[in-house]
Amino acid sequence: MLTKRIIACLDVVDGMVTKARKFQNNIEIRPAVDVISDLYDDGIDEVIFYDIKASSDKRPIDLRTVRMVAGRIFVPFTVGGGIRDLSDMMAVLGAGAEKISIDSMAVRNPEIISHGAREFGRQCMVVSMQVKRVKRSVTIPTGFEIAIDGAREFTGMDALDWAKRAVDLGAGELCVNSIDQDGTHAGFDIELMDAICDSVNVPVIASGGAGTTRHVADVLRTGASAAIVSSMLYSPRLPRNFPCAEIKNFLIKDGIHVRPDFEISPAHN
Amino acid sequence: MRKIGIVDYRAGNSESVAAALSAINVPFAMVNSPESLAAVDAIVMPGVGSAGATMDSLSELGLIAPMSEFVMQRRRPYLGICVGLQVVFAHSEEGDATCLGWLPGTVRRFCEADVRIPQIGWNEVRKARDHPIFEGIQGGCYTYFVNSYHALPEDEHVVVGTTDYGGRSIAIIGKDNVWATQFHIEKSGPVGLRMLKNFAVESAKC
Repeated sequence: MLTKRIIACLDVVDGMVTKARKFQNNIEIRPAVDVISDLYDDGIDEVIFYDIKASSDKRPIDLRTVRMVAGRIFVPFTVGGGIRDLSDMMAVLGAGAEKISIDSMAVRNPEIISHGAREFGRQCMVVSMQVKRVKRSVTIPTGFEIAIDGAREFTGMDALDWAKRAVDLGAGELCVNSIDQDGTHAGFDIELMDAICDSVNVPVIASGGAGTTRHVADVLRTGASAAIVSSMLYSPRLPRNFPCAEIKNFLIKDGIHVRPDFEISPAHN
Repeated sequence: MRKIGIVDYRAGNSESVAAALSAINVPFAMVNSPESLAAVDAIVMPGVGSAGATMDSLSELGLIAPMSEFVMQRRRPYLGICVGLQVVFAHSEEGDATCLGWLPGTVRRFCEADVRIPQIGWNEVRKARDHPIFEGIQGGCYTYFVNSYHALPEDEHVVVGTTDYGGRSIAIIGKDNVWATQFHIEKSGPVGLRMLKNFAVESAKC
């Protein structure tokens, strides 16, 4: 049976991992390569790396850091931020990433999803979406609206419509971040994840709000295939951090099927 | 240790396989022509994307006949990964592609009604029989899969490992010098690295 994944999502600026709260006050932490290496050694299932200022600085993605990470970890690795076209995707995949995450760019130019899927396969295309709860309306019938550009700009698009459209265009996976829960450590938006999972047939990654192991277990009982747990792993704003192995041990005891940690004779010799 | 060639074609992920071989100190070279194929002792065929596109790329590089000769006549070791497993069979439903045909069988799409497609994530591999690929790996064996299609070999004896995704599906095949994994061995953590090492060790014996 396919296991549920625990994913570390890292916001990287100039090669350093940062952690933001509701998209503001970024605080710098440690070199991304060091953080990611430690997470790999501790049993993380996957890593997503956002070069968060590539877009706003209008510069290409930090390929040097992507290459260093790809040479150090041997679990799937997704890169996003600042990807504008097929040649950017080619560069990122060539630097050793498995998947491309696109967010605001996909909203502005949805064709980029189908072009990427045609060229590299839909399994490479993760469409990431920032979702905010709003009053239900004719344009936003579900009350979940899509925002872009670091959640600063609202699009008037209903999140469920966008999710279905993104999949039709070729998204192989959706990463759904709740703006309301992001950085609060108060738990995931379960209702949002249920709604998205019911409306598409690709894997859904739940993001935004993880603060305790119980939160992670709760969201993994929805249709979500994976949960993002960044703050729990390393944010200095939490009372304490949780090693990946501790999160997984809790999940296993709680009856959630995850990839267990087990002994293996090392291949390095 | 003998030199392993990584088949380097358009939209393949040869760099990821290269990074994994580097990490376990296995010497390798990129193979993107019949000449570069002649300079290696074994090959790893990585794969992402579709079987049809992969076959087109191999054809453009002039590698189809030389690879078949290398693997099927000269009996040099082959390790296929993901699409590199699927193209070993005669035919894939994906784009109605004619594949290498080294083993009888076909490749089909998962059933939309049963599971989310693509399968993305870590799944448990169950041993169907003993095989050198499992050397040093005890207990549960979880590896990283990314696939919408899965292989249906005609000969059950080639099945080395299986997994469960809306029913039993093929995870590892092995027939003499032809090994292949449906999962991404290069992205399957310490288990995958150990399997790669096992391939390198077995290749050195050939």
